[in-house]
Amino acid sequence: MTEATLPRTARFDRLGTLLGVTGVAALAGLSFVLVKANRIVPGIPRSLLEAAPPLAGWACLACLALAATAALFVFNARLRLGAALLGIGALLLALGAAGDALTPLGNRVVRISAGPAFWVVLVCLGLMATDAITRMRPGPARRVLWLAGFIAVAVLALKSGRFDHLSVMREYAVNAERFSRELLRHVLLAAGSLGAAALAGLPLGIACYRVPRIREAILGALNVIQTIPAIALFGILMAPLGALAAAVPLAGRLGIRGIGAAPAVVALFLYSLLPIVANTVQGLRRVSRQAVEAARGMGMTPGQVLLRVEMPLALPVIVTGVRVVLVQNIGMVTVAALIGGGGLGTFVFQGIGQTAIDLVLLGAIPIVALAFSAAVVLDALVEVMDRVKQ
Amino acid sequence: MITVENLSKVYDGTTVVDAVSMVIEKNTTTVIVGTSGSGKSTLLRMINRLVEPTGGRVLIEGRDTREEPAHLLRRRIGYAIQGHGLFPHRTVAENIGTVPQLLGWSAARIQARVEELLQVFQLDPKAYADAMPHELSGGQQQRVGVARALAAEPAVLLMDEPFGALDPIIRAKAQEDLLEIRRRFGTTIVLVTHDMDEAFHLGDRVAVMSGGRLLQYDRPARLLTQPADPFVARMTGMGDRAMRLLSLTTAGEAALPGRGSGPAVTASASLREALSELVWQGADSAQVVDADGTARGHLTLDAILRHGRPS
Repeated sequence: MTEATLPRTARFDRLGTLLGVTGVAALAGLSFVLVKANRIVPGIPRSLLEAAPPLAGWACLACLALAATAALFVFNARLRLGAALLGIGALLLALGAAGDALTPLGNRVVRISAGPAFWVVLVCLGLMATDAITRMRPGPARRVLWLAGFIAVAVLALKSGRFDHLSVMREYAVNAERFSRELLRHVLLAAGSLGAAALAGLPLGIACYRVPRIREAILGALNVIQTIPAIALFGILMAPLGALAAAVPLAGRLGIRGIGAAPAVVALFLYSLLPIVANTVQGLRRVSRQAVEAARGMGMTPGQVLLRVEMPLALPVIVTGVRVVLVQNIGMVTVAALIGGGGLGTFVFQGIGQTAIDLVLLGAIPIVALAFSAAVVLDALVEVMDRVKQ
Repeated sequence: MITVENLSKVYDGTTVVDAVSMVIEKNTTTVIVGTSGSGKSTLLRMINRLVEPTGGRVLIEGRDTREEPAHLLRRRIGYAIQGHGLFPHRTVAENIGTVPQLLGWSAARIQARVEELLQVFQLDPKAYADAMPHELSGGQQQRVGVARALAAEPAVLLMDEPFGALDPIIRAKAQEDLLEIRRRFGTTIVLVTHDMDEAFHLGDRVAVMSGGRLLQYDRPARLLTQPADPFVARMTGMGDRAMRLLSLTTAGEAALPGRGSGPAVTASASLREALSELVWQGADSAQVVDADGTARGHLTLDAILRHGRPS
């Protein structure tokens, strides 16, 4: 197609135009950083050029202008991704530079945090980057590699010290030891309840598939559990678990109490059952009836038919259920902090209690990153397995 | 030899197979034919106990099939179904090696057998052994399905509408392959179909079923000339029964001595084809020749027509 025959609307990228205009408007109208004299007073807004050293500020603006131009006019997905990543890098470095510039030497009380303009532009560039990656249609392995690359860059950047004067990193510095502990605990709570749910849910799903009479009852009961709000379920579980701990000393010594990790794990386990059981049933139903008939006809025992034919063919659907559960659990473990279950939610609720938004972010950002990474990895896994066509 | 004695199947008070008895000889192809719901598939599936009989019994080589666990019995009996039922997550070689693997054959023996079977079914092992089923055409999938059923050298092969999903040309090829397999391996084949042409073409014996009962079990020609029941006559087709009868005899079998005149007809062609050729050419006699062209005798129009009448 020649330039002349292109429809007029195709000369601008629609999503890019929206993102570009939003980003420019945010930079022009909103503050780039907030400077607070201490942790809890309201911040004083500062624009990018007011906050960052002149060189860093203009360089960042130039990179952002380039990214906005690419968003509007460039259609090559690789170039768009490159421009978006350049913009994100420039934005983050400018924020770090602003933190350094605005912090008086040796002052550990002043707080420099990202303002609305920073977040809006970051979201716009993030959307531009993910949109470009989607357009490049990378295979599953490549997507996981991209993810690993991003994580490595992020860890290196945070360790480099360039961002140490930002308020979130200040909170991290104060809580470093607790942070690793709660992060690990968060992952263990999410993965542990998933593991338990898989151990119980797979046999339950197989039973539901084999015995249609119990299917409705079990799936119905699990559906009802899903509708109970997490915090209410924690509350409901406190009484019986507390009573159990009181009645059986061994249970108490194993850490089973009305509050703490036990009700959190039990609640997450119950929430996890529905996706795993329902997807196991769905996956088994989708297995070719002829393949199963042939397997039986050739002399496989019922166990062999299940392990060699039905389960392998149902696995992609089951793993889709595992993905739902894992992402859901990573989010829900947050609430477990309220009943003493620990995890990154500890920072979130502590921050809310102290009106210290930086502490909330210290908990929330890693939770989002964890959920996103889990989704990318498991989606890739499902895609690899689903290459076996039914 | 398979002996079916008084075999019945009742589901919730409905009799699906009703006291069927029949003897299936070794090295023959027996076709069970009937409308849908006639009980033909259920009868077949009771032979390898995919369906457990309500009454009666099945003997294979004089041994009651209930003497061993059903899954062990099935490993000794080949089983092929409509739409092939290949395992979509296993390669062609793994699919074919399923039963040998269940029987604990060594890897080398399985591989040799897989390659042999692929060659028998005109599939190059190098190109197809590691292919996935979805990469094959419908006809190739069907061939792999039959190869898989034959992998452990079963004496008996059960086939449930194996060619039902194939288009006519591939179907005709698959039928020729099956006749070749019986000649080559001496397998006793029991095949279920609703297609009378297929039954007549493949069957040494044809069993006609309706409403769970075995109406007639006989050589194809006898079904045409002496139908035991009006339903059998309807199934075999009143309109073209003379032509059907002609298609059961080859020109070679019917050839008269002496060299005749007229168009040449190969000895393996059916009398139906020979008649068609005479009508087409406007001739009243034909020479019968072998595939290599040597004369085998001759046929006259009268002689052909005599074969189309009940004698």
